[in-house]
Amino acid sequence: MLGRYIKSVGIAELLLALSVLILVVVVAVPVLLIVWTALFVDGQLNIKDIVMVLSEPDTYEALKNSLVIAGGVTFLSTIIGVFFAWLVSRTDLPFKNTMKLLFLIPFMLPSFIGALAWKMLLSPRSGYVNKFLMNTFGLEDSPFDIYGLIGIIAVETMYLFPFVFIQVSGALERMDPTLEESARISGAGLLTITRKITLPLMLPSIVAGALLVALYSLAHFGVPAILGTEVGIYNIPTKIYERIYQSAGSFDAIRTGTILSSILVISAGLILYAQSFILKAGRFQVIAGKSMRPTLLKLRGLKMPLLVLSILYIAITVILPTVTIFMVGSLKTYGLEFNLENMTLDNLTYILFDWKMTKDAIWNSFYLSLAAAFVTMLVGTLISYVIVKMKVRGKFILEFLGVLPFSLPGTVIALGVILMWSGKFGINLYNTAWIIFVAYVARYMAFSLKSNSAALEQVHDSLEEAARACGATHWQALKDIVIPLIKPGMVAAFFLIFLPALRELTTSVLLYGPTTRTIGVAIYTLNEDGETVYAAALASIALVIIVVGQLVIKRITRSNVEGV
Amino acid sequence: MSYVKLQNITKRFGSVVAVNDLSIEIEKGECFSMLGPSGCGKTTTLRMLAGFEDLDEGEISVGEQLFSSSHKGYYLPPEKRNFGMVFQAFAVWPHLNVFNNVAFPLQIRGLSRAEIGERTKSAILHTGLARYENAYPNELSSGQKQRIALARAIAINPAVMLLDEPLSNLDPKLREEMRFEIKDLQRKFGFTIVFVTHDQSEAMALSDRILVMRDGVAQQIDTPLNIYTKPANRFIFSFIGLSNFLPVVVKKGSVYIEGVEDSGPVSKTLPDGVSSDRLTLACRPSEVDLVKSGGVKAIVKRKVYLGEIIDYRIMVGGTEVRVQKGRRSTHFAEGDTCCLKFSRPIWYPGD
Amino acid sequence: MASVRLEKVSKSYDKHPVIKDLSITINDGECFTFLGPSGCGKTVILRLIAGFEQPDSGKIIIGDTLVCCPDEHVFLPPEKRSIGVVFQDYAVWPHKTVYENVVYPLKMQKVQKEEADGRTMKSIAMVNLQTLEKRLPFQLSGGQQQRVALARALVSGPAIMLLDEPLSNLDANLREEMRFEMKELQKNTGVTILYVTHDQEVALAISDRVAVMDKNGNIRQIGPPDEIYEKPADSFVFKFMGVSNFIPLDYRDGKVYVRGSDSVMEYPVPKDQTDALREGSLVAGCRPQDIQLSTNETHLRGLLKRAVYLGSTIDYRIAVGETEIRVQQDIQEALAENRIYAEGDKIGLRFLDMKWFARQEVDAGEGVS
Repeated sequence: MLGRYIKSVGIAELLLALSVLILVVVVAVPVLLIVWTALFVDGQLNIKDIVMVLSEPDTYEALKNSLVIAGGVTFLSTIIGVFFAWLVSRTDLPFKNTMKLLFLIPFMLPSFIGALAWKMLLSPRSGYVNKFLMNTFGLEDSPFDIYGLIGIIAVETMYLFPFVFIQVSGALERMDPTLEESARISGAGLLTITRKITLPLMLPSIVAGALLVALYSLAHFGVPAILGTEVGIYNIPTKIYERIYQSAGSFDAIRTGTILSSILVISAGLILYAQSFILKAGRFQVIAGKSMRPTLLKLRGLKMPLLVLSILYIAITVILPTVTIFMVGSLKTYGLEFNLENMTLDNLTYILFDWKMTKDAIWNSFYLSLAAAFVTMLVGTLISYVIVKMKVRGKFILEFLGVLPFSLPGTVIALGVILMWSGKFGINLYNTAWIIFVAYVARYMAFSLKSNSAALEQVHDSLEEAARACGATHWQALKDIVIPLIKPGMVAAFFLIFLPALRELTTSVLLYGPTTRTIGVAIYTLNEDGETVYAAALASIALVIIVVGQLVIKRITRSNVEGV
Repeated sequence: MSYVKLQNITKRFGSVVAVNDLSIEIEKGECFSMLGPSGCGKTTTLRMLAGFEDLDEGEISVGEQLFSSSHKGYYLPPEKRNFGMVFQAFAVWPHLNVFNNVAFPLQIRGLSRAEIGERTKSAILHTGLARYENAYPNELSSGQKQRIALARAIAINPAVMLLDEPLSNLDPKLREEMRFEIKDLQRKFGFTIVFVTHDQSEAMALSDRILVMRDGVAQQIDTPLNIYTKPANRFIFSFIGLSNFLPVVVKKGSVYIEGVEDSGPVSKTLPDGVSSDRLTLACRPSEVDLVKSGGVKAIVKRKVYLGEIIDYRIMVGGTEVRVQKGRRSTHFAEGDTCCLKFSRPIWYPGD
Repeated sequence: MASVRLEKVSKSYDKHPVIKDLSITINDGECFTFLGPSGCGKTVILRLIAGFEQPDSGKIIIGDTLVCCPDEHVFLPPEKRSIGVVFQDYAVWPHKTVYENVVYPLKMQKVQKEEADGRTMKSIAMVNLQTLEKRLPFQLSGGQQQRVALARALVSGPAIMLLDEPLSNLDANLREEMRFEMKELQKNTGVTILYVTHDQEVALAISDRVAVMDKNGNIRQIGPPDEIYEKPADSFVFKFMGVSNFIPLDYRDGKVYVRGSDSVMEYPVPKDQTDALREGSLVAGCRPQDIQLSTNETHLRGLLKRAVYLGSTIDYRIAVGETEIRVQQDIQEALAENRIYAEGDKIGLRFLDMKWFARQEVDAGEGVS
């Protein structure tokens, strides 16, 4: 009847060790390899090379461009995001709830497909808008040129501003309305309140959203690759890709890549540190206990103009590019005018049923995303459980390793995975689908940890302890109580990984082999090869899959909410 | 002379009538409470007075000045009403320190720096926050946060102070302390208080008069003592304290607890103005005397020792009566027979 | 049914001792309450007995079974201890119906289906939740959820029940009702109950014995409720059990004065306190209800600073010298005898009951509540 007194080594330590092992192999070692490769040549610290690489005009330029793009995108996204967030949550704009949903759509659209669309609309010679304007007004030169820094910044902003929008509109809605009401009763008008109370209180959310944009933009591959490479403008990820691609994966190129990657990792780390620092500042906790309707600013005469502005913004940034993709995807040849005679469904049937390359790409993306989502979800559950629930020594290692994936840009993960899995440690996965799988797991671990931890934190310890007191063993308590309760979190994690993985480009573009293209890679290479029509057709298929996926996730998460 | 006047005000949210044809007149310098369960319309009434909600019907004025009027379509925005107001969740601004929180209403009014400084300091001093002038709200306790809110409200020296459950987020000890402080501040500054609460003892302790509300309708406006000793109806009686409601019948000029006439009469005289032979006897547990003989016969079902008082559940036939007696009273044990005497019965119509 | 014995149990967190050498025996069938301020370690005791925590040293014995003893490497996990636990936050599983929640312990014990069904329904009926057994917890009120937790804890017929502030999330009316029901349940089942709370009223109402703990985890007094209330071991217990006045006394010219005043206190000081009185270290303790007010000039005189009407009582603050004394009068009696006073009145105080404490001890206990 008597059990043994549990000494310090038990199930808990076993789970901890397993979790640490997974994170070390998947995340920590690849990152260490990058830093090691950047710093050491033949086992010796080599700073000279680093300085040399960084002072090459080529790499220096890429660094500068990354900063300029990230800075510009962050600035614009913040202004647009805050403005629209304020508009939908603090004014009497008509159709606010619909508008709010519409502003979230750019989030779902892959930005490189957007870039592709904008290239079709605004490229200097063949862009449809340019052509239209030149014909209509008899212009000599094309009025717009999407290629270049400004084009990149504009397109990235269109698809990244929701980061700020979500943060700020969420915070505005959760804010205790009496904070504003007490200012009114103190004698302040609405504009004074917005300036002196609301905006300062929103500052942490604004900064948090802005930093997310910066983090994303700094390491973004797709848009600069489509809109910059053609005119010789590179940022860090595209430079890394170019070097490795040109030299067919030579060690020198990889080393340059690791040096640039290290810079990315350091900047990302700094950004995340700044973010957590700002979010921790407790004096900005302004969340309401009981919710009441806040006083809305009456727009009066500005109501209609602002509504039109919002609709126009959505039309230009969402509808126009999407329609363009579908239209171009149905053209017989790129450059033809849009009329029924020039349209065909042959492109679609060809890439869906006849062309092995695109068929493979769709299939690859599908099963890689599925497998990565499933595995990452399970592993994330395990690791989150150890982090959130278990009282074991050495947990801090796990907590540190668990945060690490948040700060790793896709390019960095790709490089790390190359270094780790190309034979150095006896396993060579290069040019196989496995290397992409491993990279996806590393890349999306952060999503899984976030979602699972959030779910686990909702499950109060006493629920599990109640089961133990009822006679359930630790495993039974997990099976009967904890797992069923965090199932919504696990399902959310699955889709949070599956959908982005389906359209992934940044990581896979560095890892793909002749038979392991993904949808993103296929669209990108088709565009590079000038197969614009096929690129658009495949992109339209990707868009359909994404929209369907979003609808499915919405339905599933809703039914889950009702269940508990 | 009534000062704050709410005349026939009605407020609807969709099909729900939140406040129904309510009229209140509050004297200058009075402490007036609106008391009722959640959803009774007391907070909505306060928010209409503050100007955060407009009226569907009726008029609100303070002194000579009209504030809201439904038929004139007139509505003075809250920032023009010159009220002081304290909210349940403190509503102190986390990005401003104590001084700047309190100075805000003065800054808005464009006073000179010197005057702002002087009046802010005085308000801070009066609320006992002198040591914390430069502290930020997150560094302070909830009691201190509520003091900032009070200081901010008195800084402009308002004629009327609106208090929306200002003590509910504080622990019981602090609540009692703050009650005194609010009363003291009122004495010093002479403002009129309109106070909203769901806590009857808080309303009793602070108010000159209390309005009891239910479902948007005024039930009784009276002094605390009258509300307690002469509740106008059953709802008020039960809302204001522990209560017994016993069904009674009138037979041959005496009143008996229904179904146990042979236990003896509750009263040998008829209450005034009785027309029905079925009534409800309302009494507080502390207003029932527990004696060995000479009353309604009963049995002690349960006795709970609570320190200062002993809490009995006593059965008269099938009817349970709750009785509370001081610890120095004669004790009865569970199962004992005893007699009940009702010292201050109040009669309401039968069910 | 079983007794619980703790022998020299110690437990610390991060080198910070919470429980020090605690020895206590809880009798079979008893309702025993640990009463103390938050952070005093009372919940830790409960968790040690349940097996959610392991002590650093000492023995825990439930019935005849040694369930925990680090020195002998004995540790029985919670699921083998035959306990029922009710948590402050109910811990009702949100994804299981009332029935599924309550039947769970029986499923774990592999009780046959028909028998399990019968016992589950009986347990549900015992807490008055019949007809609600198919509901999910979110469809229940707080009080009903707490009853589900009670039924679940009771269903397997545990030897002891551990209750961790199970009533503190309920409103006052419900709390009173549940207090009653728990007492009833104990009478019907005879289970040993260990109850943890910071609410002295609940402790008085339901316990056979109460252990009063201070914030450092020391037990100040163990005894039945009336003994704890009426014969407090020290000023801490006195203060913790209700609103209290502490009146420092002086001795001059053969008379007892309230310190800092020339008001004579006529309540007799017992013989064994006269030394302390002469030294000036005697403090009298009394409850606000144990003082009668009158206009009688022969009584101790004070100035009425504040009168607050609270419904069934009037709360007075009366200044006697530098000491403020709180008095509560029943409104009915006061009205009947026309004894209602206004702020600024000079009135007499007559003490009905006094406790005696040493000044050092009262001062040391300042700020503890």
